[in-house]
Amino acid sequence: MLKIGSYVRAKSLEEAYTLSQKRSSVILGGMLWLKMQNRSVQTAVDLCDLGLDKIEEQEDCFSIGAMVPLRALEIHPGLQALTQGAMAEALKHIVGVQFRNVATLGGSLYGRFGFSDVLTLFQVLDAKVELYHHGVMSIREFAEFPRNTRDLLVRVTVPKGERRVCYLSQRNTATDFPVLACAVSEAGGHYTCAVGARPGPAVVFTDEEGLLKNGVSRESGEAFGAWVANRAVFGSNMRGSAEYRRKICAVLVRRCLMQLEEV
Amino acid sequence: MEIQLTLNGKKLTCAIESDTLLIDLVRQQGCFSVKRGCETSNCGLCTVLLDGTPVLSCSVLAARAAGHQVQTLEGLQEEAEEFVGFIADQGAEQCGFCNPGYVINTIALLRENPDPTDDQIRAYLAGNLCRCSGYEGQLRGIRNYLNWRKEERHGNV
Ligand SMILES: Cc1cc2nc3c(=O)[nH]c(=O)nc-3n(C[C@H](O)[C@H](O)[C@H](O)COP(=O)(O)OP(=O)(O)OC[C@H]3O[C@@H](n4cnc5c(N)ncnc54)[C@H](O)[C@@H]3O)c2cc1C
Ligand code: FES
Ligand code: FES
Repeated sequence: MLKIGSYVRAKSLEEAYTLSQKRSSVILGGMLWLKMQNRSVQTAVDLCDLGLDKIEEQEDCFSIGAMVPLRALEIHPGLQALTQGAMAEALKHIVGVQFRNVATLGGSLYGRFGFSDVLTLFQVLDAKVELYHHGVMSIREFAEFPRNTRDLLVRVTVPKGERRVCYLSQRNTATDFPVLACAVSEAGGHYTCAVGARPGPAVVFTDEEGLLKNGVSRESGEAFGAWVANRAVFGSNMRGSAEYRRKICAVLVRRCLMQLEEV
Repeated sequence: MEIQLTLNGKKLTCAIESDTLLIDLVRQQGCFSVKRGCETSNCGLCTVLLDGTPVLSCSVLAARAAGHQVQTLEGLQEEAEEFVGFIADQGAEQCGFCNPGYVINTIALLRENPDPTDDQIRAYLAGNLCRCSGYEGQLRGIRNYLNWRKEERHGNV
């Protein structure tokens, strides 16, 4: 249970940032993850009045506020077109519509959760994260940023441009956490692959060995899938063993590549 | 702290704690259709509409609802009445505990997508767990209602 001493709706990012610097404060996104914890906080800082719940299409990118709910991303026509439906595929398995109307992009990325479908997908979109204090950085840099950093995630930008994207996950049962999550994108002949729910946070692989340099076929897709599966570090938990994940990984990477060819 | 919100069309001023959950606030106001099923954001029993959007009231602070419109099944009787009989006709409910959340989310679905396919119904209601039924009865009930509605509208043209 989350116990909260005082609730503050921040009137500016500066106010939210200042309040959040105390160890006894917490920033509220959708509060879904926070609520799972047994914890008492002095001040809960709500960002809901700061206009961060908008998806704005700009000339060269989509700018997504930290408080945008996952459901809004899932049904946004521009983001579906940009990702050929991969955005919806990555999000639609997360619990239920009512849940995704509450869970925010900011909370989903700031937590850098091991099981995250969201972090896995955004890793292959060349996305940038804007932190209030530390500024703009690539999502890959952000994924490795020290976890104890007390900053505000303000928005995420996803560049426009020619990019083919595919997302697949394996779940033991519908709406459960993924056993493995996999996203692959291709832009300008370069392939980027993210593997999440290993069960650690998503890690990114590119085609360093040139396995796909002659294009994607069943054989080259299989070879790249096997290479990623051998490189990635997997662990075991109640949802699946490391060995099972390794096998699933090779298959999901290959399937993503094959599906990209159909786009 | 004191907040103001509109619950089922009525303006309210309520004294709450900073960590009061919306589910507790609406139940204190007599909206007992809103059930606590899991409290781990998994079951959908506590679904309410917040400014028309279905959310899990067990996972939203009452303080965040300040200034907004909240609707529970108590305030949506007319809209629900149209189709709940079709679900009942299928014997889809057994203990009935999941029903209010199910009905509210069906209302949200039909507002957003008045003519859903079976797969779209399944996807929209995936976050509403039912421990008794196996979901097929509810799906048949909604399908029968949609077929009936189409015929009614067609017949009235
Ligand atoms: C039961 C359950 C099942 C889930 N299943 C899945 C799943 O299958 N796949 C998946 O990808 N995810 C899943 N999730 C995670 C979920 O989708 C969200 O990612 C998670 O709840 C965090 O989002 P939130 O908006 O609720 O953040 P919160 O719980 O509010 O916050 C999470 C953390 O981020 C911080 N934070 C929030 N917003 C900001 C901000 N703007 N700036 C700085 N810090 C911030 C908070 O202080 C907190 O530390 C699940 C969660 C639950 C509870
Ligand atoms: S009680 Fe809210 S989701 Fe189960
Ligand atoms: S009828 Fe019993 S939980 Fe659904």
